[in-house]
Amino acid sequence: MPLDKAAVARIAALARIRLGEAELEPLAEELSRILSWMEQLNEVDTSEVPPMASAVATSLPMRNDEVTDRTRREDILGNAARTTQGFFVVPKVLE
Amino acid sequence: MSDGSLLALTLAQARDGLVRKSFSAREFALAYNDAVEEAKVLNAYITPTPERALEMAKATDARLARGEGLPLDGIPIAVKDLYCTKGVLTTAASHILDGFHPPYESTVTSKLWQAGAVMLGKTNLDEFAMGSSNTTSWYGPVENPWHRQIGSPKGDNRPLVPGGSSGGSATAVAARAALAATGTDTGGSIRQPASFCGIVGMKPTYGRCSRWGVVAYASSLDHPGPMVRTVRDAAIMLRAMAGHDPKDSTSAPVPVPNFEAALTGDIRGLRVGIPKEYRVDGMPAEIETLWRQGAEWLRSAGAEVVDISLPMTKYALPAYYIIAPAEASSNLARYDGVRFGLRVERGTLDEMYEVTRAAGFGAEVRRRVLIGTYVLSAGYYDAYYLKAQRVRTLIMRDFAKAFEQVDCILTPTAPSAAFAIGEKTEDPVAMYLNDVFTVPANLAGLPAISIPAGLSGEGLPLGLQISGRAFDEETVLRVAEVLERAAEFRHVPSFVAGDRG
Repeated sequence: MPLDKAAVARIAALARIRLGEAELEPLAEELSRILSWMEQLNEVDTSEVPPMASAVATSLPMRNDEVTDRTRREDILGNAARTTQGFFVVPKVLE
Repeated sequence: MSDGSLLALTLAQARDGLVRKSFSAREFALAYNDAVEEAKVLNAYITPTPERALEMAKATDARLARGEGLPLDGIPIAVKDLYCTKGVLTTAASHILDGFHPPYESTVTSKLWQAGAVMLGKTNLDEFAMGSSNTTSWYGPVENPWHRQIGSPKGDNRPLVPGGSSGGSATAVAARAALAATGTDTGGSIRQPASFCGIVGMKPTYGRCSRWGVVAYASSLDHPGPMVRTVRDAAIMLRAMAGHDPKDSTSAPVPVPNFEAALTGDIRGLRVGIPKEYRVDGMPAEIETLWRQGAEWLRSAGAEVVDISLPMTKYALPAYYIIAPAEASSNLARYDGVRFGLRVERGTLDEMYEVTRAAGFGAEVRRRVLIGTYVLSAGYYDAYYLKAQRVRTLIMRDFAKAFEQVDCILTPTAPSAAFAIGEKTEDPVAMYLNDVFTVPANLAGLPAISIPAGLSGEGLPLGLQISGRAFDEETVLRVAEVLERAAEFRHVPSFVAGDRG
């Protein structure tokens, strides 16, 4: 089995998703089953093959770095659960 | 005209009827608003927008009265709730986007409204477009308007899935609760539900339609596209949706042809490939038979049918289910409780992120974010993610080689007809197998269309798929229309709006 409970807990911490202790074992089994199925890719010889990230040309178009949309503060903050004086509010980060 | 006969019109017929003033855009919008209401039991819509539809129809009638009609004037369209619509709740069918009202409009929907289309509402989908059955939505499953025939082998009358992820759009179009709809297709999410619901669904070439303002699932694989009743309707709607957009860096700076003009009905001398690798284990014989029938129809119309090989086909699915979750884990990092959507308060920032995301994401989304995080994590990146990207190159090469021999490829769209809600939910891998015929075109970015071509033994629609070269939607549409004429699919689902005698 590629993943055990500890590995799932580590991945969940990386992904910032809180999992309960009871969820770890079933997820370890489920994710391991999916990963084992993916490992059929190892049958393919890709030693001389470059990886492909996109179906379109790899060079992205360039543009000038300019402000095009100035007065949207209300719009930007409009969907936030908590704001104050034109800022997003998060739990205290620094002591 | 009665509501029933108005709702039965195709997009092309409705366009002509509106211009000839056989009926007004207001009458048409009212009939469709009623249809949306009547079809509520199918749960196809998350947010209907009937007032907006009437306002837009009023503007259409004014334009038509002045003789200034636009290409889609008065056409009632449903929008998959993955497209951001200014001021209208946009959910991606996820709890984590609770209350999100975008301050902007997606490029594709902007283009549709500029072309005169009328917005009926936002349709249900699998959460963040992750699913093949529209059962992962926070807003509940969508029902397929088709049912198995009583007395057929599995002859129960359980509600069936519409396919996914664009299941609400497919159901709305099939049940006549929308004349057309937008979908998005990352691994088959337009074509598989089109096949399950007996409609036409097209994924154009990657870069043909802008992704700007469409909630991102897997950016290198996401394709906006039309879901409609006929191939002609697909050609008309795609033209309005397509075009270069500087706001999407992967949008292609190429001209948009008049796709409708490509529907000449003449495919003499065209070469149609039949890939032998698509004869997968466990595929019902009736799908194989329909596929052969499809090839025969095209041969009778003057095309040359050629056996081809796409040897990497069986590896497309596992490669896809590495690449798509990897991109998703990155794209979905933005849902953190700070700027929009759900927030569960906790003492520290990290706790707030973790608890918000645990509460906001459903089981399938969590599964894919975890898989994606794993395959991108230090020590596993090369073995999984890079490996999948190399296999993607080989899949692309398979197609490049095939298109030296043929002009398009004919395959089934899905390995089965619609299944019941609740079937196949135990094993995620069994669910992923739904996408076996559709995923390769996403990995390669190629245009592909599904058209309804026949009925299963249980009386359910089955689709055939035509794929083509990049930016050659015209050949794909031309061949699809010939296939559509030959198949003469006139069947109607057991539920259609406006069918009250």
